[in-house]
Amino acid sequence: MSAGAALAEAADKGNPAPDVNNGSGRRKWAPYVLLLPGAIWLGAFFIVPMIFLLAQSTQTGTFEQGYEQTLRFANYTDALSEYWPQFVRSFVYAGIATLLCLLIAYPLAYCIAFKSGKWKGALLVLVIAPFFTSFLIRTLAWQTLLADNSWITKTLNWLHVTDVTRFLGLTEGDRLLNTPLSVITGLTYNFLPFMVLPIYAALDRMDQRLVEAAQDLYSSPWKSFRKVTWPLSLPGVVAGTLLTFIPATGDYINAQLLGTPAYRMIGNVIDSQFFKILDYPTAAALSFTLMATILVLVGLYVRRAGTEELV
Amino acid sequence: MTTTTREVSAATMPATPQRPGGPVRWLREHVIQLAAAAALIYMFLPIFVVVLFSFNKPNGRFNDKFQQFSLDAWTNFCGVAGMCDSLKLSIAIGLVATLASVILGTLTAFALSRHRFAGRSGANLLIFMPMATPEVVMGSSLLALFVSLGVPRGTTTILIAHVMFCLSFVVVTVKARIASLDPRLEQAAMDLYANERTTFWRITFPLVLPGIVAASLLAFSLSFDDYIITNFNSETTVTFPIFVWGAAQRGVPPQVNAVGALMFIVSLAIIVLGQIVSRRRKRA
Repeated sequence: MSAGAALAEAADKGNPAPDVNNGSGRRKWAPYVLLLPGAIWLGAFFIVPMIFLLAQSTQTGTFEQGYEQTLRFANYTDALSEYWPQFVRSFVYAGIATLLCLLIAYPLAYCIAFKSGKWKGALLVLVIAPFFTSFLIRTLAWQTLLADNSWITKTLNWLHVTDVTRFLGLTEGDRLLNTPLSVITGLTYNFLPFMVLPIYAALDRMDQRLVEAAQDLYSSPWKSFRKVTWPLSLPGVVAGTLLTFIPATGDYINAQLLGTPAYRMIGNVIDSQFFKILDYPTAAALSFTLMATILVLVGLYVRRAGTEELV
Repeated sequence: MTTTTREVSAATMPATPQRPGGPVRWLREHVIQLAAAAALIYMFLPIFVVVLFSFNKPNGRFNDKFQQFSLDAWTNFCGVAGMCDSLKLSIAIGLVATLASVILGTLTAFALSRHRFAGRSGANLLIFMPMATPEVVMGSSLLALFVSLGVPRGTTTILIAHVMFCLSFVVVTVKARIASLDPRLEQAAMDLYANERTTFWRITFPLVLPGIVAASLLAFSLSFDDYIITNFNSETTVTFPIFVWGAAQRGVPPQVNAVGALMFIVSLAIIVLGQIVSRRRKRA
């Protein structure tokens, strides 16, 4: 999806704004006037709701009788002690999916950037096109593809691949559907374009002559990749991993449609706490914890990856 | 990159004989291409299933095994109760959300890329945050807001949410386009005594327009496809993704596949058309 492209470009260290306002009185206000409508919208419907969520997470009461603010922080410990497995599972599944995405996306992006010649445009369209069908319909198609009687399941059973995945705890018996493997497959599939496009953008920007220079200096193809291409594509890799990992962690569509209740992710729990169990404070506490954990992880990762200016 | 080096060495050392290559060597040289081809196949597998099963005549409720070729889903497109209504609602919400988020987002993009002001980095962070937040968190926080304030949920709250999450993507897309403009074009217009307003509408805006078009398409597809955030703010309103979710529990009719196939074809047509237009423009 072009969302990835857009963010890839955002990851490109934004050119510093040329200062068109030369300090004349009236124009000093121009940026604020332009900014105000959008900022108000985001403030009112992104920041303020977060505050309400935070407030709700420490309330007590029932859905029928209403909730009261009692600053009960034990809501957090209660929720986490009950749902930590789903929490951990979300991060593990999202992590594996992100890694798989990187493995699949990098060769593809590399091929489009360097090996496609005049087919570059067409290939880019091909990469984006599958993701214009609805997310849910795509995921339902995986239900069919991984069903017990599907050719994929039969082939993998015949090749004894399922023996390996069963050993790793990713599948059960001869089945692929309703196992961790199917959930991870769905996550990997659905967020793949968010990985391909930023990596492609980073590779496409790269100066080809650097690799040629490395090879002129008798560097082997592998070494010139490791020392030149890979480091230069890192901003794309960092942007891509974030764009895959963050939505994958909070996603519950894949876990719902391709998994069973035994493999629920934290999104499923939050959803059912809100809509089935009607325990709003617990749901809010879980939701807020998810947000905070992701922010901390992303902060650590970005600092480690050294690409601090992502916007 | 290897091709370039090979060409160079071939040009400088024409005497070097080509080493004979076997299938193993060919495989080794084309590992990346093969991996890319495998990735593309992986990406298209579900699309193939979606299209194929739109021509199926399912035996029973579940459309999971190909039984018999049929055009029923296409000729009797609205034959499933509620599907076309949900589709119409999703398109309407998508159009309004796109219009609103593109207007707000374009203004914001100009503010951020054309001006330096106190709080600019804070504003950048505010734009980035929704993109770095899982949908389930945004959805549940909006639910907390609406429930706490006693706001009834429905089409209006869905629209509010959609404009919110589309906004950031619009800003980023339009900003990237503005950043890629050649400032000399505007300077040239000014040198030729065009005033600021004329320069903006005759030079800047037409140049930014492709970015705005791209942002609109992106916003529409994000809005049209959203399930998670919408579900938190819809109460009983049924958009197309919510219809599909419900259908998934009862068995998905082939008409849903027909919609999926149609979405694929229409968006492909839009992209191809866009590329043709931009190529024509470049030539002109």
